[in-house]
Amino acid sequence: MLRLPPFSYHKPSSVAEATGLMDQYAEEAMYVAGGTDLIPNMKHRLFEPTHLIALKSVTELSGIREENGDLRIGSAETLAEVAGHPEVQKLFPALADAAGHVAGPQLRNAGTIGGNLCLDTRCTYYNQTSFWRGALGYCLKKDGTVCHVTNVGKKCVAAHSADTPPVLMTLGAMVTLAGPDGERRLPIEEFFITDGIYNTRRTPVEIVTEIRIPLGAASRRQAYAKLRQRKSIDFPLLTVAVSADIEGNGTVQSINGVVTALGARPRALSGWDDLAVGGTLDADMIDELAERAHEQCHPLENLIVDADWRRAMVPVYVRRVLEKLRIT
Amino acid sequence: MIRKPHKDKSDLTLIGTPMRKIEGLDKATGRALFTDDIVLPGMLHGKILRSPHPHARIVAIDVSEAEALEGVHAVITGGDIPIKYGIIPWTADEYPLCIDRVRYIGDAVAAVAAVDEDLAIRALEFIHVEYEELPAFLDPYESLAADGSTPYVHEPKKEGGNGNVTKQVCLEFGEVDDVMAGSDIVVEGEYFFEGSTHAAIEPHCAIGLWDGVGKLTVWSATQVPHYLHRELARVLELDPARIRVIQPLVGGAFGGKSEPFDLEFCVAKLSMLAARPVKILYTREEVFYAHRGRHPFHMNYRMGCTEEGKLTSVNAEIVLDGGAYASFGLVTTYYAGQLLCAPYSMSAYRFDSTRVYTNKPACGPKRGHGSVQPRFAFEVQIDKLAERVDLDPFEFRRRNFIGSNTRTVNQLRITSNGFLECLESVERASRWRRKFRQLPFGRGVGVAGSTYISGTNYPIYPNDMPHSGVQMQVDRSGRVSVFSGASEIGQGCDSMVAYIAAEELGVPLEYVRVLRGDTDFTPVDLGAYSSRVTFMLGNAAIDAATKLREMVQQAVAGEWKIEANEVLLAGGIAMWASDTERQMPIREAFNLAEARFGTLGATGWYNTPKDVHGDYRGGTIGASPAYSFTAHVAEVEVDVETGVVEVEKIWVAHDCGRALNPVLVEGQMEGSAYMGFGEALMEEQIFKSPEQGRAGLHNAPSLLDYRIPTSLDTPEFESLIVESIDPEGPYGAKEAGEGPLHPSIPAIANAIYDAIGVRMDKLPFSPPNMWRAIEEAREVGALGKPAFPGGLPVTPEAAPARSMSSGS
Repeated sequence: MLRLPPFSYHKPSSVAEATGLMDQYAEEAMYVAGGTDLIPNMKHRLFEPTHLIALKSVTELSGIREENGDLRIGSAETLAEVAGHPEVQKLFPALADAAGHVAGPQLRNAGTIGGNLCLDTRCTYYNQTSFWRGALGYCLKKDGTVCHVTNVGKKCVAAHSADTPPVLMTLGAMVTLAGPDGERRLPIEEFFITDGIYNTRRTPVEIVTEIRIPLGAASRRQAYAKLRQRKSIDFPLLTVAVSADIEGNGTVQSINGVVTALGARPRALSGWDDLAVGGTLDADMIDELAERAHEQCHPLENLIVDADWRRAMVPVYVRRVLEKLRIT
Repeated sequence: MIRKPHKDKSDLTLIGTPMRKIEGLDKATGRALFTDDIVLPGMLHGKILRSPHPHARIVAIDVSEAEALEGVHAVITGGDIPIKYGIIPWTADEYPLCIDRVRYIGDAVAAVAAVDEDLAIRALEFIHVEYEELPAFLDPYESLAADGSTPYVHEPKKEGGNGNVTKQVCLEFGEVDDVMAGSDIVVEGEYFFEGSTHAAIEPHCAIGLWDGVGKLTVWSATQVPHYLHRELARVLELDPARIRVIQPLVGGAFGGKSEPFDLEFCVAKLSMLAARPVKILYTREEVFYAHRGRHPFHMNYRMGCTEEGKLTSVNAEIVLDGGAYASFGLVTTYYAGQLLCAPYSMSAYRFDSTRVYTNKPACGPKRGHGSVQPRFAFEVQIDKLAERVDLDPFEFRRRNFIGSNTRTVNQLRITSNGFLECLESVERASRWRRKFRQLPFGRGVGVAGSTYISGTNYPIYPNDMPHSGVQMQVDRSGRVSVFSGASEIGQGCDSMVAYIAAEELGVPLEYVRVLRGDTDFTPVDLGAYSSRVTFMLGNAAIDAATKLREMVQQAVAGEWKIEANEVLLAGGIAMWASDTERQMPIREAFNLAEARFGTLGATGWYNTPKDVHGDYRGGTIGASPAYSFTAHVAEVEVDVETGVVEVEKIWVAHDCGRALNPVLVEGQMEGSAYMGFGEALMEEQIFKSPEQGRAGLHNAPSLLDYRIPTSLDTPEFESLIVESIDPEGPYGAKEAGEGPLHPSIPAIANAIYDAIGVRMDKLPFSPPNMWRAIEEAREVGALGKPAFPGGLPVTPEAAPARSMSSGS
């Protein structure tokens, strides 16, 4: 069995206490919520924190409720709770759908939505044991100098592999972060950066405390689809989320789409407005939008599954999710 | 042994009825003990240092720093156990720890024993190995073409030979080329079967205990305690009478635990040095490196038939990618050809099969050893031939049925054969005649058949002793103890002997104890491999139980002054056949017998018939006392945009001779079909290329990225048991554990063709591979529903056959 590196476990009951502990242990510590990403990564010796600060007992981080014109989702809500929550299902069905597609039931009972936002990027050369990575000669993201995907050393292209952020991006969600110096709030698309080594603007001392989705977004038609080889467990090989504001007569007021599991951050599809706004979402328009998505997406061999096929699936999946918008 | 005529179903009380597994509740509730559950006082934990290179010379190893760590009790390297082991006596080519050369990434180099696992892991970092890297052979054809300019994977056995060739077999039966030339139709195809691994849930685990005065005990999650016993004695140079091997319950094996492994020798040697018990448990990654899974097969098949659809000549050329060591490879190389000569007759057959070494984890036996890969090619070839002669593939198969009580073209003896009934069962249950070539584009059905051995007729080391033995003992309380050396690996062999004891001695099942898996008190059984256990252990158990039953019958008959054969034992009582009101509790019957004959015990054994094989070199390999037969129909839906194949349902009909417990037989049928389905659609034991950072590095040694189907991916199965009542099987039983895997894969391939007109001759049929094949077919206009044989469907309500859809 793979063993965990030794660590001390801290169980603060407030955000202030948690950030205080982080201040105290600084670089030796990491936060842990559900642990479904961090614990396997620790077993692979990708992280070896000597202190883990658990967020499970921090009550401020839980709760799903309407507040100041937003649906506020506490970051420590599990993916199972988000997926099964009546309010989420009613207002943001695509989010419930995405949360319900993460991993398998046991992992969704432990993994949190905040953790899903902070999920470490994934790569076939990175998510491996220390023996395997040693035999490889390590990689740019951890302990090495070369990226084996691109065969150059400049940039890590590990894939953002979380299911919920694309949906949150199409809904204009905000992320609240708390650190030793107080709180700040970011639009979720600004939360992610294009760096496979560390792909968010969250500093290691900050905690994602909540996700806020404007209630106004609930009137948008939403859809989500995930490509994977098995119907459970697997991380996405491609995730597509779309949402659109469509008038009663079928005229598209606004539309946006996000794809992920290709590069280091979720990609907001561009060039859709001029094609779609003011028009009708018919088969021809869907084909054009799908083609435009295809042009923008160039997956690399960062996951074990054929990159050409993953690229070819972009227009297919974009078309399929857009067709769901027509029906709903 | 005494052979009795088979009982009719009406004479049997328990056999043939659904029964629980005797250890089922313990497993379901977590009480069952597996090797890793065993903790001995003072036990140390061992870890094995593994090679990071696919091929390298070991220049130097320095273990002094590791030895100096506090809490490290022993460190060993190759020189400490300098004798090669191997399951096949003629091809032992592995050292427990490599001595001068490492041959794959993961090869064992050194081992430590320390007070806990964390320290053992850390101690490995203090062992310094200097390697000189050698060019690695990763492609079997490069191995074949090697000229010795760089070191072979193994030294050639003959000077000037290619050391990369493990085994080459070419056998010909009949005039293959002449008959082929005279055939009306000849179809040739290139096929590739990707390697796959067993993925048993329990990783390999072993504990060694040296008692300090000369006795070694090894607990191991093994399928072959007897062969392990022999190899431990030989390699450690110990008297076998001083070695005890215990096989606790095993959490799945599928062939992946059917030979000795490095860890078993290491725990023994470390324990001898440290004078404390030592446990080693593989990580999942190590299980992938230990492997011994399905060989990748590169196959060329040329097959001919007459216009009427009679198979004429078959020519097969096969290259097996063996990985770094021989394992069972000698047998695999033969099985690749030998096991294809039923259930169809053919007038001429030749196979040329070559196994080569490559610098990758060793391949070996996996459920359906050696014949799953060629069966895929063979049954797809049959489908192609049937189409060429305009015949329904069921009809083609029927026309070539080999029959029962016959010999195959390679001279193997066939006894019972229920293949036609299997075909009929799946044809009817699947409503084949309304579906074949008639479902809408994208949906299809496919059929395939197969055969498999009920145990290999000859043991791995030549000897004339029984293949299986059982000892049975009866107590005054009514309790029956069965001492069984067979290896329970989840398949139900412990339950099987209990059912037989209860059936023959007339006691309730709860009265039977099975004392098992311990070479100190059980007779030899050769192990859980080649689907031999029900057939051989079952016959041994009947033999032992019959001897005891006859004593009990005689004693009761003496008491009642009747004939012994008039005494029936059933349901916990002894009764008179002529007047079943005349009864006594079975306990009293046992007491009468003990009073008359003394302490009650009996041994039983089974040995194979000796005239069932072919009279040529290699003719014993593939010989079996009986063969099972299987037919599958698979129904699939293909998404021609994504390449995703949904297998909706597989109908599995299997001739198991007699289902001793239909629940366990159905479990084996479903489990086999599931495993074949997984290999068909997703499994790939593959390795990184030089362009991918590190040649020979396992692509994904974890159960996250090595994909086996989840319950959500698994199709519906319908199991249809066919009972041909074999003349030599226990109550007529044959195997059920491996045969039903074979047809899954070709049935799915043939169904894909029926659905979209695309032939998948290479595994796996994963979405990317499917997508590429579909796109190629689309480009040349070949995507579409194939034509119905003869031009028109037979059922009037069916849709028109030809609908050359572009598939969008």
